[in-house]
Amino acid sequence: MAIRVFLIVLLFLSFTNLTYSLYEDQVGLMDWHQKYIGKVKHAVFHTQKTGRKRVLVSTEENVVASLDLRHGEIFWRHVLGTNDVIDGLDIALGKYVITLSSDGSILRAWNLPDGQMVWESSLPGSKASKSILYIPKNLKADKDDLILVYGKGSLNAVSGVDGEVLWKKDFSGESIEVSHIIQSSDVIYVTGFVDSSKISVYGLNAKNGELLENNHAALPFGTFGELLSVSGDMFVVLDEMRSKIVIVHLRNGEISYNQKHISDLTKDLAGQAVILPSRLPGMFALNINSYVLLIKVTNQGELVLVDKVNNGAAVSDSLSISEDEHAFAFVHYGDNKIHLSVKNVNDWNHDLLKESIVIDHQKGKIDKIFVNNYVRTDRSHGFRALMVMEDHSLLLVQQGEIVWSREDGLASVVDVTTSELPVQKEGVSVAKVEQNLFEWLKGHMLKLKGTLMIASPDDLAAIQALRLRSSEKSKMTRDHNGFRKLLIVLTRAGKVFALHTGDGRVVWSILLPSLHKSEACENPVGLHIYQWQVPHHHALDENPSVLVVGQCGPSLSTPAVLSFIDAYTGMELKSLSPAHTAAQVIPLPHTDSTEQRLHLIIDDKQHAYLYPRTPEAIDILKHEFSNVYWYSVDADNGVIRGHALKSNCIQEAVDEYCFDFRDLWSVVFPSESEKIIATMTRKSNEVVHTQAKVMTDYDVMYKYISKNLLFVANAAPKAAGEIGTVIPEEAWLVIYILDTVTGRILHRMTHHGCQGPVHAVFSENWVVYHYFNLRAHRYEMSVVEIYDQSRADNKDVWRFVLGKHNLTSPVSSYSRPEVIAKSQSYFFTHSVKAIEVTSTAKGITSKQLLIGTIGDQVLALDKRFLDPRRTVNPSQAEKEDGIIPLTDSLPIIPQSYITHALKVEGLRGIVTVPAKLESTSLVFAYGVDLFFTQIAPSRTYDSLTEDFSYALLLLTIVALVAAIFVTWVLSERKDLQDKWR
Amino acid sequence: MDKGKGVMGSNARRWAVDFSDNSTSPSSRDVPDPPGFSRASIDQDDSTLSRQKKDAESNWKAQKAWEVAQAPFKNLLMMGFMMWMAGSTVHLFSIGITFSALWQPISALQSVGKIFEPYKDSRVELLGPKLLFIALNLGGLALGVWKLNALGLLPTHTSDWVSSLPPAQEVEYSGGGLNLS
Repeated sequence: MAIRVFLIVLLFLSFTNLTYSLYEDQVGLMDWHQKYIGKVKHAVFHTQKTGRKRVLVSTEENVVASLDLRHGEIFWRHVLGTNDVIDGLDIALGKYVITLSSDGSILRAWNLPDGQMVWESSLPGSKASKSILYIPKNLKADKDDLILVYGKGSLNAVSGVDGEVLWKKDFSGESIEVSHIIQSSDVIYVTGFVDSSKISVYGLNAKNGELLENNHAALPFGTFGELLSVSGDMFVVLDEMRSKIVIVHLRNGEISYNQKHISDLTKDLAGQAVILPSRLPGMFALNINSYVLLIKVTNQGELVLVDKVNNGAAVSDSLSISEDEHAFAFVHYGDNKIHLSVKNVNDWNHDLLKESIVIDHQKGKIDKIFVNNYVRTDRSHGFRALMVMEDHSLLLVQQGEIVWSREDGLASVVDVTTSELPVQKEGVSVAKVEQNLFEWLKGHMLKLKGTLMIASPDDLAAIQALRLRSSEKSKMTRDHNGFRKLLIVLTRAGKVFALHTGDGRVVWSILLPSLHKSEACENPVGLHIYQWQVPHHHALDENPSVLVVGQCGPSLSTPAVLSFIDAYTGMELKSLSPAHTAAQVIPLPHTDSTEQRLHLIIDDKQHAYLYPRTPEAIDILKHEFSNVYWYSVDADNGVIRGHALKSNCIQEAVDEYCFDFRDLWSVVFPSESEKIIATMTRKSNEVVHTQAKVMTDYDVMYKYISKNLLFVANAAPKAAGEIGTVIPEEAWLVIYILDTVTGRILHRMTHHGCQGPVHAVFSENWVVYHYFNLRAHRYEMSVVEIYDQSRADNKDVWRFVLGKHNLTSPVSSYSRPEVIAKSQSYFFTHSVKAIEVTSTAKGITSKQLLIGTIGDQVLALDKRFLDPRRTVNPSQAEKEDGIIPLTDSLPIIPQSYITHALKVEGLRGIVTVPAKLESTSLVFAYGVDLFFTQIAPSRTYDSLTEDFSYALLLLTIVALVAAIFVTWVLSERKDLQDKWR
Repeated sequence: MDKGKGVMGSNARRWAVDFSDNSTSPSSRDVPDPPGFSRASIDQDDSTLSRQKKDAESNWKAQKAWEVAQAPFKNLLMMGFMMWMAGSTVHLFSIGITFSALWQPISALQSVGKIFEPYKDSRVELLGPKLLFIALNLGGLALGVWKLNALGLLPTHTSDWVSSLPPAQEVEYSGGGLNLS
């Protein structure tokens, strides 16, 4: 059977073209692409009367985008590099969008309507500092509109027209930490703290940057937080005890201050106060516990408490609605609703707007709010509010309704897993999905027309539309080919989404309650998502579930959070907040009777905790006790250690689910010459079809297939940084392949003159890795294949015929099989963001490497190009076997980009999932964008193509049957006539 | 036609008039032989004639049987030529030829008895032709098998048996890696 399948595969392979590509009209049939921007940091509205209304945003994913205010669509978008964090965003000259990024060292201007970059200027500096972008109104120096940028310890005045630096004032010599730039006619005041207790003000000439004055005022106490500008010359700050508000008054460069206890303003509140960073003229907002205090600062520097809001959420910056009127918005929660109020700063008793909105509670609380006004037909002011939610989604609220919302949390996917859909139940009729028979027939008749090339352009359009919105692919049930699945993604906001692979829609989403901020858990973060329960045969009535592992803070010493989610409904089944931490999670290859997978969670004190916490799980683990190992990679010290389970924990509290480890082995890399920069293992769920590799002369090489292999790439410590910092003689790359059970080094190889970053993928018995060759000034990719020599003497056919071999009996790593490794290196043009390999259900189909290129595309490269058997002149037999002549570089075939014309901006990872159909693998690439497609590395040899015309087949059969019948009748008649003659 | 056949057929006679009196005993004869007539010579002549006829028939049968037995040889040559033409790569043509080369000898061997049926005669030795026929067909079969092997479709190599073997299970399981986050 297997030979036959193999033969068929071979047969089809010989017909296969080297490239995988699709036709123009196939785009969007099996793939989908979603564009996101990430969590919005700054938003600037651009709502002139003429032209399209838009909002400009910059996000935490380093995206600058212009969104349509009507529908929330993206007009244009630019994704800056991962290190190019945007610090400021504003509009200059009414036509340029100005962004300040990279700690205030890069200033860019983008054309507002189409997003093309107009100019870019680099503002170098030496000192790391806060960066401030300040675009003064009507400040000109020699007819140039000025943009003031403080960054890297210096103040730059940049021309808004061409980005030229007009003057520069360096503050890196002073110890001032600049927090504000204020403009007063032609003088620019730069204020800041020196050692958090001394206020310093510099007055500069706006025309040329000349220093006019410098004043200091020492406060008798330290301060907490940042200086907040209240009005043109007034600032507030908290003292270091966070109990007093200090009002700082600058008048023509003179500094005066007074202070007031918070308890003088409000009696009944105590706690840690924080000044909210909303810029309101003459006011500021103070957050104590869950209350938001709105405090007005009079011209004399007196503080007046104007309002106290319980459950306050967010306060927007102020908005100038007319000459001297300023409005701002704030929201607070109450009875499952969100109350949005827009008030005039000067007229507190009067509400400009008061609305209550119901927002899906899965979106969480409101994180930020931006307001914008418009003039209604009756000349009154209307307001729209842009809200950034806790799950990073973006909403536009106008007239008490959500106009649009964007799920921008999906721009920050942390981890992905998949789940099967429910099995189709009895009673769900096909007609319900397929509309009706007439529609079905009509569709197929159209297709037939297309096949026979008699379709009109209208028909063609109808066919294309029919194909694109095929209801078949977005059904909520399991399909025969296994194309329909749920992609379960965990985002940085702690929200879990289930996306349908058919069309990418969100099936359910849950903002994990266990990843909410609480007193016990300050800054919860979701780390990984695992398949917890995958019901198969006997537990089919149960829903599958996933496990989300998080921890209460960025460091390893914070306790773990475990959450179990039903994969069909998206309900949190249960959540645990154990006392231990989660340094590692090891899914074991065993499941209990309800198909829950056993997981070992290892904490930072090297105890292992078994989940699920059931006696059955303990029994299973006890049974496999001596065969469970664990290894830890300590990249800082260059040590890899192996451990084995020893016994139950010896602790005060008896916990039979806790286990101790004993150390077995350690591999210590010489720290003066090697530093671990990358490790890679095989995927635990990978299926391998065969253990043998057949050479051209029918010889057999036995693959060394072990799940316990670890690829480690070490670079020279000097060369661990970026490319170009070392000379080739100082750089080398050492790669190891280790057995993680015994600690045995199976293979070691040194690449001289090479350095990282290393991206690797491990599959079957081979590893492919990508690195930079300093001597050749090019990127390289290498392949290492490992073969088991101890099996190589199994050459007698009769032993196989009679079944007298032990090739399938279980093996132990302690048998120390002799292995050999074959390797080969090639140049590769692109730098790489991620490498993955296709995975299929049975592992028969040939493999393709999926390479996430620097251009944010995914390239499919046949594994055949990375084959150590390649030679310059392959023999005829080798050619027939599909061995490609050796070339020094790997070809990049434009048709083999599986993302075709699209870009997965900010690509971070690629996930492959096998479909049930052996030929097909599902690919999900995520970054700022999401992209999903199906690929068949050896073509779909096991199914008819999607555009196969069943109608034509049916018609042919009917015609044939009719022809048979007619000829039969005719021949009968002729026979009869013959007999009468 | 049928009737005629029946008359001519040697086994299915209903009646016969024997004009040649074979009785040699003088007592049974009423009339003496005419002078100059020698009965013995006629008897002899007659029997010689029929024997000659039968001999010729059996000779002819034997000859035919040998011819039939040698027929596969020509076939063999032609098959060999076609196989040579088909080349050694696996495709539709070569597979078709190889399978027909295998099928012909097998079907011929199955019907050995039927093929030699017409030449069956008590006096004709059919064992030789049969053996030759079988040998030649076996040769043809061998040629087919050889071709099959040449195409690589016979599981004569270790690789054919190993490639369907799943990888061996591992006793130990190890997990871990870099710390999370």
